[in-house]
Amino acid sequence: VDKALKQLHPQKFFTKIRSKLTGDFLFKNLAAIVAASAVVILLITGYVLTTGSVPVVQKLGANFFFGNAWNPVEGRELFGALPYLMGTLVTSGIALLIGVPLSLGIAVFLVEMAPRTLRVPISYLVELLAAVPSVIYGLWGLFIFRYWILDYIEKPLSTYLGWIPIFSGTPFGLDIFTAGVILAIMIIPTVASISKEVISAVPNSIREGAYSIGATKWEVIRHWVISYGRSGIFGAVILGLGRAVGETMAVSMLIGNATGPAAMPTSLFRPSQTMASLIANGFLEATGSLEVAAYIGVGLILLLMSLAINVGAGILVHRVLKVKGGAVE
Amino acid sequence: MENMNSKYTIIIAIVAIAIIISSVAAYVFLSKPPTTSSASINLQGAGATFPYPFLNAIITKYSTDVKPNVLVNYQSIGSGGGIAALKQPTPTVDFAASDAPLSATDTANIPNALHIPETIGAVTIAYNLPGVTSGLHLTGKVIADIFQGTITEWNDPAIQNLNPDTMLPAQTINTVHRSDGSGTTFIFTGYLSASSTSWNTAVGQGKSVSWPVGTGSSGNTGVASSVNGIQYSIGYVELAYILENGMTVAAVQNLAGNWIQPSLESTQLAVQSGASSGLPAGDASWTNVSLLNAPDANAYPIVSFTYLLSYKELNEIPGMTQDKATALVQFLWYVVHDGQDLAPGLSYAKLPSNVVQIDEATIRSITFNGQQLPTT
Repeated sequence: VDKALKQLHPQKFFTKIRSKLTGDFLFKNLAAIVAASAVVILLITGYVLTTGSVPVVQKLGANFFFGNAWNPVEGRELFGALPYLMGTLVTSGIALLIGVPLSLGIAVFLVEMAPRTLRVPISYLVELLAAVPSVIYGLWGLFIFRYWILDYIEKPLSTYLGWIPIFSGTPFGLDIFTAGVILAIMIIPTVASISKEVISAVPNSIREGAYSIGATKWEVIRHWVISYGRSGIFGAVILGLGRAVGETMAVSMLIGNATGPAAMPTSLFRPSQTMASLIANGFLEATGSLEVAAYIGVGLILLLMSLAINVGAGILVHRVLKVKGGAVE
Repeated sequence: MENMNSKYTIIIAIVAIAIIISSVAAYVFLSKPPTTSSASINLQGAGATFPYPFLNAIITKYSTDVKPNVLVNYQSIGSGGGIAALKQPTPTVDFAASDAPLSATDTANIPNALHIPETIGAVTIAYNLPGVTSGLHLTGKVIADIFQGTITEWNDPAIQNLNPDTMLPAQTINTVHRSDGSGTTFIFTGYLSASSTSWNTAVGQGKSVSWPVGTGSSGNTGVASSVNGIQYSIGYVELAYILENGMTVAAVQNLAGNWIQPSLESTQLAVQSGASSGLPAGDASWTNVSLLNAPDANAYPIVSFTYLLSYKELNEIPGMTQDKATALVQFLWYVVHDGQDLAPGLSYAKLPSNVVQIDEATIRSITFNGQQLPTT
């Protein structure tokens, strides 16, 4: 058709081509720019954090990564990021340990067991939890929740099991454990609602097949449903972990904000600090050039860690778990 | 069907947001008083959070009652941020506010910087001891030992000896400190360094330090809430916060050996007697200025200035004009004079007259292109 048009009405043909071209051209490039901006922003962030942290790495070398001192006093500057790296890992680990089983329970209940009348309102409420700003979790934790944790969990544990190193110390409610529990509550909506979608995407034929060979409800869920959707559930857990690692406000209100060697997370009932809360606490009033560089360096470690978690998770999903045909990722 | 519904929802949401934004914009633009349109002068300031309520009250009064055409914009981004904004080669503010004087390295980047003490900060020792509702006696040395972790029990002989008539419990002390960098910490750790050689060698003075023990909480509110919430704890809180909210605070021994409760009067006495032994000129180095342990018999010992900072020669600031320079000088003059009357109502201590005189000399010395500027 175009060929005929070209010969009969060359003018019309070229206007048509041009309008098609400009429209497509514009759209294609706009889309490319928007897509590229994500990459560019990441690269710029990485560049700024790297150049900004050069002074502290030059001055302190490996001690910046593996040391545990944090002394911003002028003339005695010494910075080590290890305690905050550990603090981040430990609090996020607690969050996953508590949050993931709860989230899975919620997801399984909603999809497999809840009556239709309960299903919609409960899943709506769970998703609503995700909309609560983290500072609200922090305030609630600071004024109410930490006293519950202190009176009903920490005090009994430290009285009767205080000889175990991780329960040692005098508990007062502002510590790694409280921060971890609040993080667990904060990741539940993310993990639960994605797991719910994953589980409801498991084809009914799988369930029917399992029931037909005599499996109980527990066995169906345990061996077929969860196993079928495991890569999707794993993805949900990683999203939750991402939120836990980067959470700042609620953590800094509850973790006790220790610095230096005291921040090393040796016991659940001691104050510590995560990388995010350290930066939020100290960066604004940082004065010395080395101190500023140290905070930027911690930011760089945090960025690298988040990237490593995401990349590692991607590799795990594809290589180790071996995606089953039709499973939701 | 569902798709259609969600499309409509999105459209309605967008329309609603657009209406809200445009009405807010219309309100902002239409309600602007006409006096500020053409001849208005904008002064930019940034810095410490501690004097913010005080400065904000002064600025509001100045723009409504005194000079309606001068708009002062102060952003409380922290002392460090304020000093950074004043630094060469590109100062982005006309004045900064800092709880600590400029360090030697900062001075190099702000040639001929002026220190103008604008109000006074005092740090109180707040505690939560059931049964001991007022006036626990403490000395600087004992406070340092508590925060260093060498005194760990409330009934330690060192504390008991200072309080012979008080029943002190055999409980572990929980110390609470600021987790964010702050001028309050700078004053407090300065006092501990002056009182205890072991603190001075092991920890030292800073806006944030490497705390040997204890819990960190953010802001005066955070520390106060932790002290109130945890029995047998002790922390340090800015005087203004204590006066507004009421907490149990310790009476601290001063240089004369008296036990002094923190108050606006005992703070002002400290500044008056501390400054009487001489302060540097406005353009000299203030790095070593200290009002700690002032000699007056009734002076509270943990007291410090907070400063406004600017340039002695205002053409160091890009975009400075004769009008703007005059406005800045007159604003600074107002802060140290009439502005001081707002202090007591906001629980800040007024500058004593001997400090105001030093400020006057400093502000008079400000020039623009070598020319002096009228102060009123």
